[in-house]
Amino acid sequence: MNPLDSLGGTVAAGVVLSIILAYVAKALAGV
Amino acid sequence: MIDVDFLIRWIHIVVGVMWIGLLYFFNFVQVPALAQANAEAGSGGPGPAAITKYVAPRALFWFRYAALVTWLSGAWYLQSAPQYSLHGVFTLGLMGETVNFQHTLMGMGAWLGTIMLFNVWMLIWPNQKKILGMVQATDAEKAKARRVAFLASRTNTMLSIPMLMFMQASNHKLPFFM
Repeated sequence: MNPLDSLGGTVAAGVVLSIILAYVAKALAGV
Repeated sequence: MIDVDFLIRWIHIVVGVMWIGLLYFFNFVQVPALAQANAEAGSGGPGPAAITKYVAPRALFWFRYAALVTWLSGAWYLQSAPQYSLHGVFTLGLMGETVNFQHTLMGMGAWLGTIMLFNVWMLIWPNQKKILGMVQATDAEKAKARRVAFLASRTNTMLSIPMLMFMQASNHKLPFFM
């Protein structure tokens, strides 16, 4: 099941990705 | 006296609202509406013809050019505004003598926006032209185009969430862990 096939899955994936990328940005910058 | 940076940023936000607003229109309104129209076409419903003939081409026109102007005005702003530079932002603030976290945050948003622009012009628009009959395509090619355009559009909806988080976080901090 692709989460992008549903709107709920798409928004949830966007929120999860936001949290992951926030950690990535912090790790890259070392803050 | 005109504050050019303010003006460019203002244009960027207004046109960006048009781009992402139409992206959300496609995903939250038009795609479900087309599915329902197709499902009910055989049982007395009006079918999807009006949407595909009158609505989708207009929406796609404003959508793809709003995307282009959003990116160009964003790039202009990043080069023009004193706290940013195109190079600094697109290298995520990591290339200077010290890390510039404001550039890291804006850079994450700028890269996400750049990926989204690529999706609009290289995946969504070429495939929509096949779906809407603006270019010749077989039924199999149309079916494939429909799936690629759908997933690219959904991907952009997903990416818009962290993109907007990062662009505002650059001046207002991240919403979590800070």
